[in-house]
Amino acid sequence: MARRDLESMLTQVREGQLSRRGFVKRLAALGLTAPMATQLMMLAGIQPAQAQHPAYKPTSAGGGGTLKLLWWQAPTLLNPHFAVGTKDQDGSRLFYEPLAAWDGDGNLIPVLAAEIPTRENGGLAADGMSVTWKLKKGVQWHDGQPFTADDVVFNWEYARDPATAATTSGSYVDVEVVKVDDHTVKVVFKAPTPFWADAFVASAGMIIPKHVFGEYSGAKSREAPANLKPVGTGPYLFREFRPGDLVTGVRNPNYHMPNRPHFDAIEMKGGGDATSAARAVLQTGEYDMAWNLQVQDDVLRRLESGGKGVVQTANSTNIEHIQFNFTDPNTEIDGERASLKTKHPTLSDPVVRKAISLLIDRDSVEKHIYGRTGVATVNYVTNPERFRSKNTSYEFNVEKAAKLLDDAGWKPGPDGIRAKDGKVLKFLFQTSINQPRQQTQQIIKQACRKAGIDVDLKSVTASVFFSSDVANPDTYPHFYADLQMYTTDAGRPDPGRFLRNFISSEAAQKANKWQGRNIPRWQNAEYDRLFEQATVEVDPVKRAGILIAMNDMLVNELVVMGVIARTAVSAFSRTLVGRISGYDSYLADFANWYRAA
Amino acid sequence: MSWSYLLRRLLIAIPSLLGISVVLFTVLALAPGDPFGELTNNPNVPAEVQAALRASLGLDDPIWQRYLNWLLAMLRGDWGYSFISRIDVQALILQRVPVTLAVIGAAQVLAISIAIPVGTLAAIRPYSLFDQIANTAAFIGFSLPTFFTGMLLILLFSVTLNWLPFVFRTDLPGSGLTWWWEQFRQSVMPVTVLGLFQGASLVRYARASVLDVVKLDYVTTARSKGIGARRVVMRHVLRNALIPVVTLVALQMPAVFGGAIVTEQIFRVPGIGSLLISSILANDTPVIMGVTSVFAALVILFNLLADVLYGWLDPRIAFR
Repeated sequence: MARRDLESMLTQVREGQLSRRGFVKRLAALGLTAPMATQLMMLAGIQPAQAQHPAYKPTSAGGGGTLKLLWWQAPTLLNPHFAVGTKDQDGSRLFYEPLAAWDGDGNLIPVLAAEIPTRENGGLAADGMSVTWKLKKGVQWHDGQPFTADDVVFNWEYARDPATAATTSGSYVDVEVVKVDDHTVKVVFKAPTPFWADAFVASAGMIIPKHVFGEYSGAKSREAPANLKPVGTGPYLFREFRPGDLVTGVRNPNYHMPNRPHFDAIEMKGGGDATSAARAVLQTGEYDMAWNLQVQDDVLRRLESGGKGVVQTANSTNIEHIQFNFTDPNTEIDGERASLKTKHPTLSDPVVRKAISLLIDRDSVEKHIYGRTGVATVNYVTNPERFRSKNTSYEFNVEKAAKLLDDAGWKPGPDGIRAKDGKVLKFLFQTSINQPRQQTQQIIKQACRKAGIDVDLKSVTASVFFSSDVANPDTYPHFYADLQMYTTDAGRPDPGRFLRNFISSEAAQKANKWQGRNIPRWQNAEYDRLFEQATVEVDPVKRAGILIAMNDMLVNELVVMGVIARTAVSAFSRTLVGRISGYDSYLADFANWYRAA
Repeated sequence: MSWSYLLRRLLIAIPSLLGISVVLFTVLALAPGDPFGELTNNPNVPAEVQAALRASLGLDDPIWQRYLNWLLAMLRGDWGYSFISRIDVQALILQRVPVTLAVIGAAQVLAISIAIPVGTLAAIRPYSLFDQIANTAAFIGFSLPTFFTGMLLILLFSVTLNWLPFVFRTDLPGSGLTWWWEQFRQSVMPVTVLGLFQGASLVRYARASVLDVVKLDYVTTARSKGIGARRVVMRHVLRNALIPVVTLVALQMPAVFGGAIVTEQIFRVPGIGSLLISSILANDTPVIMGVTSVFAALVILFNLLADVLYGWLDPRIAFR
């Protein structure tokens, strides 16, 4: 095959016109093996599609030495029901396990469950009103007590009690949990629930033992000694915890998975910053794995050349996106700016929004700013792949944007800024302080300037921007600007609740102390109707169709524009074999990690 | 030294501490952000959860009420309960004390053991080559911020030479000699960075102070009696010259805790400073209040200690 053909095919793959699988198939037809094709894609800088889990090679437990993890934010508590951030969930995950976890492809894998409930095995009710979990038998807590359905039911009681003040309570307040027998529990919903894998799944689903925490439910929960000394079912037994610094554990000899874990001890060190964490794995090899490396890709590449480790990315639901304000942030009604009673003077014109969307050079943002840590997209829902819309597309075209505006009567004034009926295309574009974001803002500002749109940039300290402070006008829910950009995520590989962010009743406003999740304050009856439909649609295929249609609506109506689908980024030592998950804790599958000889 | 003087000084310290705590608490309450900000951005945590959490930790009470609650508890010896770690503040702080003392103590010992001999030698032969080198080095030393020298050392000894680890571990394996050796390897860089920074400014004080004393008549007298140069310096010069230096070291101690914050962050040393930084970033008010109260108490204590030492070194100074 001519080299040029191959190169053009690789370009197609890179641009998404040809799927990775399609590429491999075409090469196979030409007599090239699949691994070779994958190799080709990797050489061309294209990430291989999410591979299957590497086969677990060790034939007996232990013998792997210490697994040294470096989290640049340190866990501050080890009770999964109190976890404030992912760092706490990850720290707890060393010792506690959920019934099932999300793997790197967004699929459920059983952990403490004997199997994943399906319609076929009778786990899922046809009406979507309940799910029945069969628990794995013979699982022991670290203190030797058996793990049973009572423990699972206890977690539901514990987390839903308002006096406990559990951060996981959202997953438990609306369900009823009943014990069927010692190794079966049934989760009953109040309404048909198509997304049933919430309670007892992933980070919010880690199970704590009843016999240890039973006396400390409710208001007494903070006094439980085990809050600092976990007793779980996980692959490692708790040894030491220094809040904000270090968590250590040793191999659990009675772990419920055969030949696991491979490591004799585990250590999670916290603190410092992301760049030096990457350095400690990639360059000096002091640690085996580093978490959440929000570092520019060229820095990572430079560190990688040290040869001690490699960067591993995984798809996630994180989406760096730009929102349009549908209300007027410069008019005050009843003491409220950007009130629902107002309409944005210029952005309410779809042509203006369309023009702006043509002025976002996503490919440059991906290439020059995010590299391997993000993929250019226009969608709001990007992952997992089963929910990714194939109907949308994006384009960067300054001339086309200018022409659109010309045709719609937005004429350039003497200063080159377009205006119509005295309304000028001048926008305030805000985001949080974060280097890639400021760089992206600049790229957009320059393109807009060329098309006759003036963009003022504003950046707010992250701790203010992302706070829920009612009195502070600079937070993202207030959205007292015309455009804003930040990353948000669905927190689970299902966009059902994520798409709630745009239903009419969720509009963030003074009445709900800006706690509503519809930040652009866009209101559309058709979208609301689709959302209602998706909430009760039990057929997974039909439901995915509705959810994709909702995403397409957001993209086509230009409510929100995806910019970069960000990946979960970690660094692995060359000898460490394992995969991270971008839909769950990075450690969702770490019982299967091992060190290659 | 009279006990009534000590008592009076301690009593004066109480309103200062109270004032400091009021100012701190108000500033923290007025600062933007809240400890559960991270939950706001998570679509899977309903707003009610956050509200319940805030209520259960008393975050919705008026500022003055929260302050009074904190103060009353503090007076009873209860330092409060960390919002973020959900454990008692004193447990958190106590956990950090040994490492902090070890690293800062070692750095201070290093600083003093370099600064005093070098400063003295430089002062005995002023404007000699040694003096000029020492002076230049001291200027460079205290002009370079610790975050710079820290990165420089990491680049040289960890990345390029691969001799020393740059992540400080509190769970070093092994025991006996191997443990001490590992501990030494990982402490070298943070201690050097901190020690040289402190030492550099001390060198200049020691030099100036010795320079003042050397010129005095009694030193000339001692020399003319025929006492050896070494003995003159050790017995007659140093004892008097060290008075201001001792004061300075004592007064600098609390500042060293503050200066260590940056170094702790770079080398991931889990000291009190890094606890303060992470608590500030997480808006964990009880911990911030606890740590800053410790710092405030240290400042006042070391001030007092400096005064007491002063009187001990020079009995002519009277306390009234």
